[in-house]
Amino acid sequence: MPLKKHHILSAILIIVLSNTLFSQNIRVCKTCDIKTLQGGINAAQEHDTIIIEKGTYKEIDVLVNKPLTIIGKDYPVIDGEMKGEIITITADSVTVDGLFIKNVGTSYTSDYAAIRLKRVENFVIKNLVLEKLFFGIYVEKSNNGKVFHNKIIGDAEEEYNSGNGIQLWYSNNIEIEHNFVQRVRDGIYLEFSDNCIIKNNVSSHNVRYGLHFMFSNDDIYQDNLFEKNGAGVAVMFSKKIKMYNNIFRENWGTASYGLLLKEINDAEIMYNTFEENTIGINTEGSNRIKYIHNNFINNGWAIKVLGACYTNTFTGNNFLYNSFDMAYNSKVNDNEFDGNYWSEYTGYDLDKNGFGDVPYRPVKLFSYIVNRTPETIILLRSLFIDIIDFSEKVSPVFTPDNLLDNNPKIKRITW
Amino acid sequence: MFKILKYSFFDLMRSRWSYVYFAFYLLLGIVLLFLNNDLSKAVITLMNVIIILVPLIGTIFGVMYYYNSKEFTELLLAQPLKRSSIFLGQYLGVAISLSMSLILGLGIPFVFYGLFMSNAIWDFSLLLITGVFLTLIFTALAFNIALSNENKIKGFGYAILMWLFLAVIYDGLFLMSLLFFEDYPLDKLSLIGTVLNPVDLSRTLILLKLDISALLGYTGAVFKQFFGTNFGLIVSFTMLIVWVALPVLRIAKKSKKKDF
Repeated sequence: MPLKKHHILSAILIIVLSNTLFSQNIRVCKTCDIKTLQGGINAAQEHDTIIIEKGTYKEIDVLVNKPLTIIGKDYPVIDGEMKGEIITITADSVTVDGLFIKNVGTSYTSDYAAIRLKRVENFVIKNLVLEKLFFGIYVEKSNNGKVFHNKIIGDAEEEYNSGNGIQLWYSNNIEIEHNFVQRVRDGIYLEFSDNCIIKNNVSSHNVRYGLHFMFSNDDIYQDNLFEKNGAGVAVMFSKKIKMYNNIFRENWGTASYGLLLKEINDAEIMYNTFEENTIGINTEGSNRIKYIHNNFINNGWAIKVLGACYTNTFTGNNFLYNSFDMAYNSKVNDNEFDGNYWSEYTGYDLDKNGFGDVPYRPVKLFSYIVNRTPETIILLRSLFIDIIDFSEKVSPVFTPDNLLDNNPKIKRITW
Repeated sequence: MFKILKYSFFDLMRSRWSYVYFAFYLLLGIVLLFLNNDLSKAVITLMNVIIILVPLIGTIFGVMYYYNSKEFTELLLAQPLKRSSIFLGQYLGVAISLSMSLILGLGIPFVFYGLFMSNAIWDFSLLLITGVFLTLIFTALAFNIALSNENKIKGFGYAILMWLFLAVIYDGLFLMSLLFFEDYPLDKLSLIGTVLNPVDLSRTLILLKLDISALLGYTGAVFKQFFGTNFGLIVSFTMLIVWVALPVLRIAKKSKKKDF
């Protein structure tokens, strides 16, 4: 029977080849045979390409249950009419490209999304425009995918009735690049998602956070811009997150931070710029973090350290014209400051080695007072305050006395 | 009144002290800019200078001028002139010449440095406006003190004490009371405390520009309304005008009743 076996094998080969090499293109348009996206999917074989022509398609609960490539031509509109979820993907290797999805339904019991990926692998979601959404791109227990070049513009006002732009939940190895997220609850949200790369995104005007990590480890985010969010980036209960080259700007408000660290261990924060935030970095219960070569410019507080932060190192950062460089709420310090540039440093450098000869104390008495009685902030930059700050500097009583930079730089550090 | 203003003004313009004052600001501006190489840092240093030094110089100059020109004033009083116009003329003469020294002294180096092309121009003009207001307020207060005290030494003493109180001691008491009452809601109290002192008032006005990100860190609706909107700016300016108007009115009133 060897001949027959051979036949079967080649038959299988032909079927596989014909499926991949000779995959069909299916056109969907208002005047075609197939008038809806769901119709196109139903008619398609695995690995087919569906091309959607320009037009408006009023559809919800579109189910993509086979590996397909869905391409929109000239941004066809998929309108959910505020009724519910729009596209759900349950098959591996799906690509969605170039759609304009709007009017996702709002619900208080289920998280309706513009696109939801459920337990799939190797997906690509790109060039989408999402408007009037609840949740945008919701990646659920899916791995090895890419989400890039999407534009998500929400109209969120309150936290309780809005959703996140891009949400990952139990999803690993996802690349999120070049997305533009605005006015949603959290721009990008990761929960239980490891080894993800978040790169070159712009996340602004979000109600809560520009980027939010929860219980996610070994992720990298770099070259992103976070502007005017409730808080720029919140990293919580996560390990080994790398944060490089991001810009955190104008996150203003009573509970606003450029970067919020809570229960974070072994992270690296390098080459970032924090500009004009109420609080540049707010860190709480975070250990062994390396802060290297960051710029803190014109923030209210450059860094605010709340309890239980141990063995963090701050080296080679620039602290420029912040109202307060540092705030500590305790007298204990286990963190190391070395070789930073502080614009408020008034010491001298007699031996000309580029480092000041007198140590710099970043925590002022006034920042301690403001911590205790916030209303006293109104006395900022008063002569009296300068006098008591000076006396505290000479003999520290209220602020940690071992908190000092022994090698403050004389010139601004460049890299 | 304008004639007297003119005489006082030109008299002061010829005096050595105006030049010293002008030269001091010129030097300060140049040193700040060309040693610092950074406009925003210079503006912060300048703020400290303006808030402390301008009131001091206004006070001392006002008292000094009043006592020095006393004979001339008595001569004028013998003429058929309105008393209020004599004293207000002298007051404005001093205040305007001081303001001019301030504006020119600081303005010239900044203009040469390229102020018009930088975006610090608004911060800088706000600084100058506050400086002018402080000059007007403290010269008026100094005139008040001088009018009420015949004794020169006593007058100087009170004037310096007033400056010391408003510039330093007031903030100390203010801070103590805030700490003492920290269990109570304090945002209204702290705003009222600020408004009652012209030095604090001008400081807050400048803070609104320089440290807005820190000021917004405090959770209080009143604070938020005051600092987050133009409301704060408007209230501060109105209060500064009130602060000029009250002592000036008292000069007019006091001078009418005073025996010479």
